[in-house]
Amino acid sequence: MSDLFWIFVSAAIVTNFVLVYFLGLCPVIGVTNKSVTGLRLGLATTFVMVLASLAAWVLNTFVLGNAPYLRVIAFIVAIASIVQIVEMFIKKVSPGLYRELGIFLPLIASNSQVLGLTIFQTNRGYSLPEGLMFAIGGGIGITAVLAIVGNVRERLEFAPIPAIARGPALVFMIVAALSLVFMGFAGMGTA
Amino acid sequence: MSMAPKATATPATSGAVLTRGLWHENPVLVQTLGLCSALAVTNAVANSLAMGLATTFVLVSSSIIVSSMRKYIPYEIRITTYILIIGTFLAVADMALEALVPEVHKAMGPYIALIVTNCIVLGRQEAFASRNSVKLSILDGLGNGFGFTIALLLMGIPREVLGNGTFLGYHVMPRAFEPWVVMMLPPGGFLMIGILLLLANWHDLKKIARDAGAELKPVSIVKPATMPEREREAVPA
Repeated sequence: MSDLFWIFVSAAIVTNFVLVYFLGLCPVIGVTNKSVTGLRLGLATTFVMVLASLAAWVLNTFVLGNAPYLRVIAFIVAIASIVQIVEMFIKKVSPGLYRELGIFLPLIASNSQVLGLTIFQTNRGYSLPEGLMFAIGGGIGITAVLAIVGNVRERLEFAPIPAIARGPALVFMIVAALSLVFMGFAGMGTA
Repeated sequence: MSMAPKATATPATSGAVLTRGLWHENPVLVQTLGLCSALAVTNAVANSLAMGLATTFVLVSSSIIVSSMRKYIPYEIRITTYILIIGTFLAVADMALEALVPEVHKAMGPYIALIVTNCIVLGRQEAFASRNSVKLSILDGLGNGFGFTIALLLMGIPREVLGNGTFLGYHVMPRAFEPWVVMMLPPGGFLMIGILLLLANWHDLKKIARDAGAELKPVSIVKPATMPEREREAVPA
């Protein structure tokens, strides 16, 4: 039980997917103009990650036992199908959210966070509950980072900034500072 | 990684196809694509080089297949097809690295598999290889692959030299030099790409100023939108 808790904590904070593993940096640049959009995309990604973790466990346990070299291809196809289903689901249930997320919703399929999750999970030999906890923790960590960066950027909109620091350069400076802060947690729990 | 590839005009000569990816349309420094692998593995020069060359191999090989089959791939399932082709060559690159340089392969860990989601590779298939001849696609793949490698080395060299005092494992800094450890850690990667993008912006602004015949003011402050505090809160999202 305590193992599950520490897997959650280290995925969310200690080895944050964005700040420590460098996964999924495109949404960090792309959807953090407003913190609310970042938050929603983070939650959608979390949902996909939980389903992908389940799918990866099923594939590893029942299908890919003898063919580890097919892992990446199998995972990619599974993730693409999951994203397709989630997209249809969101379109039906909440058309407003569907419009707001726009191109970044289908692009979760080519998001390294989800593929990275399945590969880390496989390499570390997580069981099903451990993998699901890893996915939830990682997703919450991503959502938090997207929301924090979005908030900082909203405020910087009205700050005097040198012309050369406009655009992605500024975002990476913010993320570097945030990453330094999260380094303070290094070594806690089971990394 | 995920970002829509920028539409680029097809240049006239094959030489231009090869060279534009190296600098003027550098995938990392100009188009900010493929950042996950660019940041994750550049804490050592050897890893940067291996990642750059592996990505170049996957990019060029997939370009050859995609451009030679471009008339037979149905439009609706083209992205899936590209990903399967890329994934196949990735498996080849992964096994080759494991056999040739096992230590580097171990250090790069899961990031080799993430070449599949590197949007430079998929972006070039969609933007170039699916519309051009095999020969031009090979040149385009080589240009972009080496451009990616150059950007990785621009990050990997300062990070290893400053963060560890070594270059490809050999000590290059004076004995009194105390390594700037944070450059090897994740924040160092973000800082390094931030600095490189600042330099790229500076270069752009200098060019714009020169074309306009005006004086260069790269550090001129951009005037913030002047909006009183209360109104700012009231702006609808």
